[in-house]
Amino acid sequence: MSGVRVLVGTRKGAFILTADGARRDWRVSGPHFAGWEIYHMKASPVAPNRIYASQSSSWFGQVMQRSDDGGATWETVGNQFVYDGVPGTHQWYDGTPHPWAFARVWHLEPSLSDPDTVYAGVEDAALFRTRDGGQTWQELSGLRQHGSGPHWQPGAGGMCLHTILLDPSNPQRIFIAISAAGAFRSDDGGGSWKPINRGLHSEGIPDGDAEVGHCVHRIAMHRSRPDVLFMQKHWDVMRSDNGGDTWREVSGNLPTDFGYPIDVHAHEPETVYVVPITSDSLHYPPDGQLRVFRSRSGGNEWEALTNGLPQRDCYVNVLRDAMAVDELDQCGIYFGTTGGQVYASADAGDHWAPIVSHLPPVLSVEVQTLR
Amino acid sequence: MIRVGLPAHLRKLAGVEREVELEVAAPVTAAAILDALEARFPSLRGTIRDHVTRRRRPFVRFFACNEDLSHEPDDAPLPDAVARGAEPFLIVGAMAGG
Repeated sequence: MSGVRVLVGTRKGAFILTADGARRDWRVSGPHFAGWEIYHMKASPVAPNRIYASQSSSWFGQVMQRSDDGGATWETVGNQFVYDGVPGTHQWYDGTPHPWAFARVWHLEPSLSDPDTVYAGVEDAALFRTRDGGQTWQELSGLRQHGSGPHWQPGAGGMCLHTILLDPSNPQRIFIAISAAGAFRSDDGGGSWKPINRGLHSEGIPDGDAEVGHCVHRIAMHRSRPDVLFMQKHWDVMRSDNGGDTWREVSGNLPTDFGYPIDVHAHEPETVYVVPITSDSLHYPPDGQLRVFRSRSGGNEWEALTNGLPQRDCYVNVLRDAMAVDELDQCGIYFGTTGGQVYASADAGDHWAPIVSHLPPVLSVEVQTLR
Repeated sequence: MIRVGLPAHLRKLAGVEREVELEVAAPVTAAAILDALEARFPSLRGTIRDHVTRRRRPFVRFFACNEDLSHEPDDAPLPDAVARGAEPFLIVGAMAGG
């Protein structure tokens, strides 16, 4: 019997939503870690009951949690994230040097082959890795010590490393993205890194060929074509066909190309989803209409998906880590809003329905396909 | 026995429902109490003070005997009533944010 498990991180705890393959009747578990911010939860693809969670608060800092029974019970694991060496400074909002300081874990990316190995993207931007199931974390400092590090600057939400993509065809290749430094790629398992931002153009950066400084919001990849990357930038939806070496804009007919999440259909590598948001100063959908846009041509031509989504008086946002797809035969799409709704479509976006409607603001959504 | 009061979130993290009682050798200081607390409840490491610098987290405060001890050196002896167990050492989440 197939089914899905949706892992939802919110401002006030974690929730786990489960259903069988029909995805009509849902069971809701939670809040887990009530009252804490859960920036992200993600399960190991090779040990599906092994789930990692990032739990944090402004008062009590970072806590890391691990479950080995699909989220029924949890244990705390290591929460010590220490930068390698003397961390130095990055730029502050006003352009002055600011000491690197750990704030929280934004994103967890379990290894594709080892349930004890997990990558963690943190604020202030750095990449950490555990190889012992979360007990200890070591920085992959080649990224932060890339020569451009002192020039990185935080986005409004902090200087976060929010995206980690592992290439299924090449264990040495890792993509990451940082707001507001840009995208980077490693071809040696995380030892050394190069910026991959050629072709990005950002208002406010006078140098059209700037190597860093771009506010990349999210990158997505289809596992069958890891050289093809899709990016939602602060403004602009972008595509690369060469592993990020160069990018071209594919915003096409979107009503606005500002937004946060972007994802790819599980079985159709040219089918891409975004949620357009009005602008960088109006973080809600245009015209009060919550619409997911789907391109079946890898960008440029987009269609609005509205069936079951609110089409008036809707002023929520959808954050960068709050969209995911399942891998059932009929691909399911999921996203969560800052208004506390988690919407699901069991038919690739044609029809939508809320799974839950009154959670705290949703920070992240991940989906596991259980077979 | 030293009595320690924890805020609700840390009680839940530690798996306790009310005050914690700890054996702490004299001289009883904030650092000695936190060492004993973290040894008994490893899940609290890093939530009250930094792992490396041992400095109190900014939104955490220490109180005892109706006094704010947050800015005292962490190796300063605590009031005798705390050392005798007559009064609790209170770890408090600052009222901040919304």
